Amino acid sequence: MTLLRVENLAIDVARDGQSCRLVHDAHFSVDRGETLAIVGESGSGKSLTALAVMGLLGEGLSVSGGHILFDGEDLTTISARRHNDLRGSGIAMIFQEPMTSLNPVRSIERQLTEGMRLKNRLSRRAARARALELLTEVGISDPERRLKQYPHQLSGGMRQRVMIAIALSCEPELILADEPTTALDVTIQAQILSLTSRLCRDHGVGLVLITHNLGIVARHAQNVAVMYGGRVVERATARQLYRDPQHPYTQGLLASVPRLDLPRDTPLRPVPGAPPDPTVALPGCRFHPRCPKASDICAEQVPDFIAEGGHEVACWNSGIQKLKSKGAAA
Amino acid sequence: MLRRLIGSVIVMWAVATLVFFMLRFVPGDPVAAMLADAGGPDEIAAMKRQLGLDRSLFVQYAIWFQNMLHGDLGASIYGSRAAVTDVLAEAIPRTLSLSLLAFVIALIIAVPAGILSATRRNSATDTTVSLLAFLGLSMPDFWLAILLIIVFAANLQWLPAIGYAPLADGLWPWLSHLILPAVAIGTAFSAIIARMIRSSLLEVLKSDYMRTARAKGLTPWMIMFGHALPNAMIPVITVIGIAFALLISGAVVVENVFAIKGLGRVLIEGILNRDYPVVQGAVLVVSAIFVFSNLIVDLLYGVIDPRIRLN
Ligand SMILES: Nc1ncnc2c1ncn2[C@@H]1O[C@H](COP(=O)(O)OP(=O)(O)OP(=O)(O)O)[C@@H](O)[C@H]1O
Ligand SMILES: [Mg+2]
Repeated sequence: MTLLRVENLAIDVARDGQSCRLVHDAHFSVDRGETLAIVGESGSGKSLTALAVMGLLGEGLSVSGGHILFDGEDLTTISARRHNDLRGSGIAMIFQEPMTSLNPVRSIERQLTEGMRLKNRLSRRAARARALELLTEVGISDPERRLKQYPHQLSGGMRQRVMIAIALSCEPELILADEPTTALDVTIQAQILSLTSRLCRDHGVGLVLITHNLGIVARHAQNVAVMYGGRVVERATARQLYRDPQHPYTQGLLASVPRLDLPRDTPLRPVPGAPPDPTVALPGCRFHPRCPKASDICAEQVPDFIAEGGHEVACWNSGIQKLKSKGAAA
Repeated sequence: MLRRLIGSVIVMWAVATLVFFMLRFVPGDPVAAMLADAGGPDEIAAMKRQLGLDRSLFVQYAIWFQNMLHGDLGASIYGSRAAVTDVLAEAIPRTLSLSLLAFVIALIIAVPAGILSATRRNSATDTTVSLLAFLGLSMPDFWLAILLIIVFAANLQWLPAIGYAPLADGLWPWLSHLILPAVAIGTAFSAIIARMIRSSLLEVLKSDYMRTARAKGLTPWMIMFGHALPNAMIPVITVIGIAFALLISGAVVVENVFAIKGLGRVLIEGILNRDYPVVQGAVLVVSAIFVFSNLIVDLLYGVIDPRIRLN
């Protein structure tokens, strides 16, 4: 059974008695020991999707459609209590802001062990021993001393390592990492990412790595889901995506990533235009106003998801789409 | 810490000195008040000499200050002529019992009320708490005191209306005499703290580390008391320190309504009688309580916030 399968997930926000759809159609799946990257620019709904899986959507936000199947259990219909039981021990999350994600007035030991003591019913001593192991595993030296310290005594990279240790502490099956390195120095970013994906692989944990940097995806993820305007618009293995990006948005993203295999003076081209305002209804494909390949139908009808050899895309003008319609016409 | 301590002593000295001179500039002559019509100018002069009031202001101050350093606050120049230290020793436990009880009652009400209204923001509970807090803040404490006496002492006769019983007489006599005045003083205090806790908690609940705590799947209890409240209390503690001082001044007023001979009563009688030594002593004690409660607030900061503890 797939570890996590998200199907047609929709998330609404209620504002002044009106509801507005922020995520229209998110779908992807991850298995144990595997890494899925969710890529997309700011505002595409990546964090909301992750929070929906955690059951931690903020006030006014709610899942309004679709399913989130975790180990076969639909998280959109389970009780709040059951969801809370799953948090930490089934699904854990690492956040973007290591500087503020730890409680400033609680010791590292307390923050690292409280989950294990509650979820795994460990004694104080056993939890402490395991905390020391975990800190060593995430590459923190002198763990004895670190346990006694408080977040402000740790660097950003070190705090994020602590967050990883916390995420791993209750032996979850799935970890959601929401841009875990964006706030860190470039040199530390790579270390933290490698650490996260290695630990998840070693522990057989499924990892959802949220990022807007396609550059890091190739090295750490097997599969990729590209989100745009609250929709997953393309889904493929990392290899397929790099070799043959189908969606014009993905192509634009890839063109904006510095690549080592191209001449150094090849200009970087960010995707032109601004991301869509989720509060404005837009018929057809949400990317069409910015799309270099847009045709009439793009402004009228939402493209269906078409799959070819495990590579899925929602675009009227993609190669896969053309291949399919040719096949249908014949 | 040592610097804070020295600072506190200086503050107390400044207050004592200020009060000493202010009292002397207030119109009204203690000896004339004491002797009323009974004494002619000669008697008044003799009395003044006896009390040391005929000397220059600075000599009076020097003598008073020197005695104070030896723990001698002089004697009342009125009525019983009791030693000021004795008068205070009798009054302090009353005012302290009253203030502390008011403090405890206020916190017992304010903390849950603040938590409830923050976690159920904009609900009926929140509105009710806000309304009650507003009421509590707008009622003058002496007025509330009278209201409480009318309802609980006069009509229902559940509790005594006036007086004081020391703790040595038993817990209930002590408590029963103090509940009404403590509620009268504590209500406004409780309203301030509840509002503070609410707004501080709302801020904290939005923070990233609270999201982390929820992502761990902790129990609501652990999330509130283990993570949210310790952070939310940091700004509240400052206000508690200031408000505790207000509470003491509330006690001064309310003691008079309930005829409890505490510091407030002593102070007011002292002022009416121009009983300099008594007033000076009482003010000294009140300022000591202020300074001391500020010190406790500083210490509490260190306990609750590791970022301060280390600096
Ligand atoms: N509580 C909320 N109320 C209203 N709108 C919201 C709320 N939270 C998020 N949004 C909107 O939903 C959209 C998606 O937000 P989300 O945080 O999922 O984006 P993201 O893909 O994670 O972007 P980023 O890369 O900046 O983190 C954004 O347009 C955002 O403005
Ligand atoms: Mg985000």
